Amino acid sequence: MVLDFICVGDFVTRQELLLARQGSRRDLARLLSLIEDGSYLFDDMSRIDASRDMSIAITGSPGVGKSVLCDQLLNHWASSGYNVALLAVDPSSPRSGGALLGDRIRLKSIDDDAIKDRIYVRSIATRKSTGSVPLIVRDMAALLHDVGYQRVLIETVGSGQSELRCAAVADRIVLVEGPARGDSIQAEKAGLLELADAVIVNKADIEGARKHFDELKESLALEQDELPQMFLVSALEQTGTKELADQLFNLASTQRAKKSRIYQHLLASHEQRLTQHPGLNEVLDLILEGTLHIDDALSHLNGSS
Amino acid sequence: MGSPVRVVVAKPGLDGHDRGAKVVARALRDAGHEVIYTGLRRTAQQIIDTVRDEDAAFLGLSSLSGAHNHLFPRICQLLVEQNMGDVIVFGGGIIPQDDREELFSHGIRAIFGPGTPTSDILQFIDEARTRPEVGVGGSSDWFWTSSA
Repeated sequence: MVLDFICVGDFVTRQELLLARQGSRRDLARLLSLIEDGSYLFDDMSRIDASRDMSIAITGSPGVGKSVLCDQLLNHWASSGYNVALLAVDPSSPRSGGALLGDRIRLKSIDDDAIKDRIYVRSIATRKSTGSVPLIVRDMAALLHDVGYQRVLIETVGSGQSELRCAAVADRIVLVEGPARGDSIQAEKAGLLELADAVIVNKADIEGARKHFDELKESLALEQDELPQMFLVSALEQTGTKELADQLFNLASTQRAKKSRIYQHLLASHEQRLTQHPGLNEVLDLILEGTLHIDDALSHLNGSS
Repeated sequence: MGSPVRVVVAKPGLDGHDRGAKVVARALRDAGHEVIYTGLRRTAQQIIDTVRDEDAAFLGLSSLSGAHNHLFPRICQLLVEQNMGDVIVFGGGIIPQDDREELFSHGIRAIFGPGTPTSDILQFIDEARTRPEVGVGGSSDWFWTSSA
């Protein structure tokens, strides 16, 4: 018999997986929680078909319109008959570890009775000091693909390492920009442009959007041979969003973006390995006492645990 | 403490007053919980879909419109019917004392009125987590006696 997934309390999760595949969203939601808690390691990629399934990260600074764009993408794809999901990642409060997750407020497509059964939305908090969030998000997307969601959007704030890496675990990365965001250097600084397979300048209805779009395009053309696809849209007035949804559905990736993603993925895996090492606390104490050098600590933590 | 508790805070029906819901949401967040806020004017089914997809353990309902006797039991009933009887439901807003006994009989485990200290709500959550059968469809007849 092939053991097609590893889990704790395996009979229950196996049952839930079967029900989730049959369309039970209650069971799907529970399995996602178990992945989030780290008590279920979903690693069955056998049912996932790279030519059919794709996860797309939508990232960008706060206020550029990511949620509204995601809403329109979900709406368009679900209306075309596809099953689509959104994982909305928001930071936890570093002080309390709690989180206020309000992305659903801006989603109109989940209130539309004609398509809501084809749209699954889940809010994810980054939780306290976990280097493992990106890998959790990756596994959640894989589970969603497994149970029949062909497109999974991962919405993250494009600032902070954890959020950047959440984007990097997706198959494609789309960067959303708005007008009047200073010069294009801002985007370059964040290291996001090199990861992006597509760049959207939203709020085309506001003055300066076209100028920002042209500037970005110019600066990208200067330093990269493989240009990401670029879109100028207005989510508010819904201009260009239908074409955007069609194009993003089968977005191709560039070699450059692929390589940058692998780099981020590697960093995420490495960080998880370090933070989950049983001897981490001891090593930190030894460094604090001055009896262990940071290089030795690293090679110790990277050795077999 | 294990994983954070996931709580949906919802505003059912035609009611535009969400200051209270936002204060509660913030207090829950500051206590380390993960709060999913639905926004205003949700239908019973929309709220239940959110609880289901977000896998929330608790559902907090806020009503200041006077329609709680209609909306709250309806939500409780749909939760049980749709296999979510383990979700713990509490309510708040302008809910007269005389109405509360009836709401408790539908499986709601606490009602918090104006002036409730947020610490009261946090204590309720901590206590309800440890009790068996206190989901909306659970067999327990326990409910929280609120100070307001």
